[in-house]
This record gives sequence, C-alpha cells and structure tokens, in this order.
Amino acid sequence: MQAGQNSLQKVICETEVEIKNADGLHMRPAMQFVDVANQFDCDVTVSNNENSVDGKSIMQMSMLAATCGTKLKIKAEGEDAQKAVNALQELVEEKHFDEPTPKV
Amino acid sequence: MKREARYEIRFTRYEKCAMEIKKGIAVSPGISIARSLVIDAEDYRIPRRVVMPAQRIVEVQRAKNAFKDAIDELTQLEVAQDESEGGKIKDIFAVHLRFLHDRSLRKKITDLVQSDLVTAEYAVSVTLREIASHFTKEKDAYISERATDIYDMERRLLKHLLGRKREDVEHLTEEVAVVVRELSPTQTAGFNKKFVKGIASDAGGRTSHAAIVARSLGIPAVVALEDLTESVSGGDTVIIDGNRGIVIVNPDDETIRQYEEYSQEFVELEHKLDAIREKPAVSRDGVKVTLLGNIEFPDEAEMVLQKGGEGIGLYRSEFLYLNRPSEPTEEDHYQAYAETVGVFEHRPVIIRTADLGADKYTQSKRFAPEPNPFLGLRSIRFCLQNLMMFKTQLHAILRASVLGEVRIMFPLITNIQELMQAKMILRDVMEDLDEESITYNKNIKVGIMIETPSAALMASTLARDVDFFSIGTNDLTQYTLAVDRGNELVSTLYSAADPAVLRLIRTVIQDAHKAQIDVHICGEMASEPEYIMLLLGMGIRTMSLTPPMIPEIKQIIRSVTVQDCNNLARTILGMNSERQISNYLRDAARKILPEAF
Repeated sequence: MQAGQNSLQKVICETEVEIKNADGLHMRPAMQFVDVANQFDCDVTVSNNENSVDGKSIMQMSMLAATCGTKLKIKAEGEDAQKAVNALQELVEEKHFDEPTPKV
Repeated sequence: MKREARYEIRFTRYEKCAMEIKKGIAVSPGISIARSLVIDAEDYRIPRRVVMPAQRIVEVQRAKNAFKDAIDELTQLEVAQDESEGGKIKDIFAVHLRFLHDRSLRKKITDLVQSDLVTAEYAVSVTLREIASHFTKEKDAYISERATDIYDMERRLLKHLLGRKREDVEHLTEEVAVVVRELSPTQTAGFNKKFVKGIASDAGGRTSHAAIVARSLGIPAVVALEDLTESVSGGDTVIIDGNRGIVIVNPDDETIRQYEEYSQEFVELEHKLDAIREKPAVSRDGVKVTLLGNIEFPDEAEMVLQKGGEGIGLYRSEFLYLNRPSEPTEEDHYQAYAETVGVFEHRPVIIRTADLGADKYTQSKRFAPEPNPFLGLRSIRFCLQNLMMFKTQLHAILRASVLGEVRIMFPLITNIQELMQAKMILRDVMEDLDEESITYNKNIKVGIMIETPSAALMASTLARDVDFFSIGTNDLTQYTLAVDRGNELVSTLYSAADPAVLRLIRTVIQDAHKAQIDVHICGEMASEPEYIMLLLGMGIRTMSLTPPMIPEIKQIIRSVTVQDCNNLARTILGMNSERQISNYLRDAARKILPEAF
C-alpha cells in the first residue's frame, strides 16, 4: 500500500450552507448529517458564529441547535475532503434532510 | 414541577470511610445495625458520591458496560420496530444509538469520573442533564424538546447502572437497612419484609409512609434526615437508632459495640411489655379500653394477636392495588379478607374501602398526575367515580362478612351526599348478592372515617346514618392545619396537639356520644404514648394502632385512672398553643412510663 505518503497530504475544503428545512437541525437531521460525515475518512468541523464542533459527533452537532435559516460553515480536512463537503452540502441544501421547507 | 428545578448539585465531599452521625426524627422504635440498600427514586437526581482514586478504573468500566448494555437493548428495540408512521419510532431509537456510540459523549463522562472521582452514575447523570439543560434553554420548541430524548437516554443508562440495585428490594437475600429519599407506598408493597431491618429517609415526618410501614413491621425508622442518601453508598454499614432519631453511617467498632449493648437492653424492655399481652387494657379505676390493630397486609393480622390486639380497627385495602400489572379481581379481594377474618373469628375486622389517589395510585391513574392530589380525586371520591372497581371491592367484603365480624368503613367522607351515595351503592351490591343467592351479613356495620374538618363539623348530621366513626387523625391534622406532613420544610407545623385539631376531635366524640354510636381513633395519635391520657380523658374507649405499639399503649392505660385523664383533658382543652399542649402532654406521659421516653 502506498497510502502512507498520500495520507500526509492535507486537503482542506470549506463551504457555507444554509439550513432550509422548516424544523431545523433537530435530532433526525443531525443523525443524517453525522451518518454522511462518518462515511468519509476526513475530519469534519462545523461552525456557526459562536461554536465550532465535530461534524461526526451527534451530541456536538445537535447542540449547535441550528434552526431554519441558520448558516453553517463546513470544513473538511483529509484526502476525501472534497467528496465529503459535496455530500454534506447536497444533504443540507438540496435534500434538506428529506423534510419539508417552510411555505412562503 | 419542572424537571430543571431538581437539577442541583450539592458539593458535599466526604471521606468514604469516616463515621458520620445524622440526626432526624425517630418514627419507629428499635435499633438496627445492617448494610445499607440505597434506593434512588427514578426521577431523582443521583447524589454525588466520591470514590477512592483506586476505584476510578472500576467506575470507568461500569460506565463503559452501561453504554454497551444500553446499546444492545436499543439495537433490539430498533430492529423490532417496523416502518409504520414513516419509521418515526425507529428513527428515535436510531438517534439514541448514535448518541451512545458518540465518542465525545463517552469521553465527557469518563473524563468526569477521572477528574472529580465520582461514581459512574453521577457522571452519566450530570453530563446528560447538562446537555439537556442546554436544549431546554433554546427558544425553538422543536429543539428544546430534544431534552426529552436526552433524559430518556439518561434513564436508560442509569437503569443499566442501578437496575440490579432497584430490583434487589424484591429479591433480597441478606438483611439490609433501606436508605431512601422518600419511600413510596408502591415501593413498600414490593419489599421482601423478611430482610428489611430498618428504614431511613431524607424526607418525611412522623406520619409519612416510611414511618407507618416501619411501625407496622416493627422495625426502627428515622426520617427527615435531609441529605442522608448523599452520604451513604450501597453496602455501607449503617446504624438506625429509631429511639433517638439518629443514623450513623460507617460506624467504628467501638460505636457498634455500644449499640449492640443498647439494642440488647431495648429488646429486654420489649419483652417486659410483651408479658402484659394477656392482661386486659383496663385503667386503674376499672374502665375497659378496646385496643385494635391497624394493618396493611393480611400477614400482619397474626402480629396483632401476638401483641394482644382484640381485632382490626383499620384494614387498609390499598395493598391489593399496588405493585401489580392489573386491577385486583373480586376473588383477590375476597382471599385477602377471608385470610384476615379467619384469624380473628368473631372479633371485629374493619375493612376500609380503597383509599387510592394522592400518594397511592392505581394502574389507570398513575400516569395522569393531578396538580394538587391531596385536594383531588382520591379516596371515596375516586371510588364513587370508578363504580366498577368500588362494587368489586364491596362485593368481596360482603361475601367475607359471613366469616366473622366484618365491618365496612368509608374513608375521606366530606359531606352527607358522599355518604348517601356510598351507602346506596352498597345496597345495590347487596341486591346483586341476593340475586346471585350469595349469603352475607345483612346487618353489617357501616362506618366512616372522620378525617376532614368538614366531616368533623358535620359529625352530628353524619352520625344519624352510620354505626360508627373512626377519627383518622393524620389526614384530619393535615387538612385542618394545611400542612403536608411529608414536606420537611413545613412538617414541624404538623401536630395533632394543635388546639384546632383537638377541638375538632372533641366535637366528633361529643356528637358520637349524643347519637350513641361508637367512636374510634385510628390515626397515628393512638400509637403515640403522650396522647393516650388525653384521648381517654376526651372520652375515647376504642383505639386502633400499629401492632408493635399495642403493649406499650396498654401499659399506659393500665397505669392511669380515667379520673386523672379527665382532669388532664380539661386542662389541655383550655390551652391555646400547640407548644404548651405538647410540653404538658410529654411531662404527664413521662411520669407514667419513664422507660419509653
């Protein structure tokens, strides 16, 4: 295996997402988020204006208490960082956790 | 009460092995030296207990095991759920599983054990409640409701950490002293009474449930110890001194030796009192007093006889409803009554109809707490709204009435309508029995408990429709003085020696005498030595009390003249303050039976 050298390479990806489902990042969406994050080897950090938390920990993610309209910064560090950020962005902004968005 | 309000931590650090003496209120006499069994109420915060540094590894492992067990349990629950309702329930379990697998949560808990030297259950409880309180602060309703999930996880983990201990109350194999925040009737119903040697509780007063149970079992009890549960770990040796109201945690060898000696002397005094068992309860000037026993379980009937009781003055029937998955059948009632009546043959057995509600719940009621249960749907009110249940019990009592001298007593009557309704239902049940051709005593005596101020004030009216009154001094005192006897913040205000209570009791006795019906006392007052002379002086000739106290009360009756009691009662009823009355009664009693005080 030649992964040893490659894994030392730090790939960092960042993006900002907005919570769009009406009920916000409650338990079930938090679970979906960490489930997706855990599919990747890279570290995932999520932050709002005040706190920065581990995107793979459901406890920390749910304690962000992000409501609908909250903007979160997702930062991934590691080889598959780009893939992870893409997948998480899709979950939050396109699938919005398979939940309804607020009626305008 | 909000959950959050209970979330408070007291930082009482202590050395695990140091001897500690706690003072409370002595409510049941005797001495017990035994290992402790600490029962934590399900809802109660886990007391902070400090462990020795060497035990940290054990506590961390306990926490890990609890997580593993909880995960196993949840995995099974999750698999068992189908996708109905959009798989919502399945999702809840899935979320909980993610939390239990969360490394940062586990680390928080094990770090707390390591840094603060606390038990695994304490670390679990504090950490999860901290997270929960974080959520309850959020304004968004959807997010603040997450706290419920966190509490649920806390309960599940604690169940695995403490589960064995809780179960132990029912499956004891060695003698223990029960240490508890507050003893609930439901918990007591599950006791294996053979192994419980003493009770100590943080809350409670002289008439709390812990006290009543301890006295009926003849084991020592001390209550109102405030924070005892925080100082005791399961398995610590404790001395419960039910004579002086002291509990000693982790006593040294010298203290144990002294107590063993003292306990021996006390047993000798008890034997001396037992010797008067066969002698009648007659005053020195020849007035006969009838002493009956208060019981909760059928197997206590024997003890009443052993102690020299002449019947049952209060047979609490609630035990039939507690601690079981379904309501008792008519046959369950009948068997319990027949067993007791059989022991007493022709002597009276007064069965009180179900006194449920307030602190004693039935299966159907348990999950709908009322905001003010003692002023709510309890006792006879509950029966009158649950006629099927009420009739089932009356049917069984009537059926048992041919076996001996059974009497019926309705509790917590507050007005004449309730009495009329209860009697009408009794007649209905009698007609049912007639139709079924079942024999019963058609002239069964029917009485009521006088335990509310309204009943006491209306005693002359109520007396026309009953065969006897039984004054329940515990509730009468609580309702007259507006004091919750189980609340240690105000329990000092609770006293049957309050002049307001005594005047109501006098009214009831006088009205009963005028109507020429029997009047008994069945409250705790009748088992407290200092009140006996007063009760005799006020005209009471029948008392029903906790069985272990019968010899002592008989001894008092045999030592006094009713003439002296009349004089004492006259003096007391002229007094206006509780303190003055209490002091006067204590001094008078001390002269009669100095050993007991």
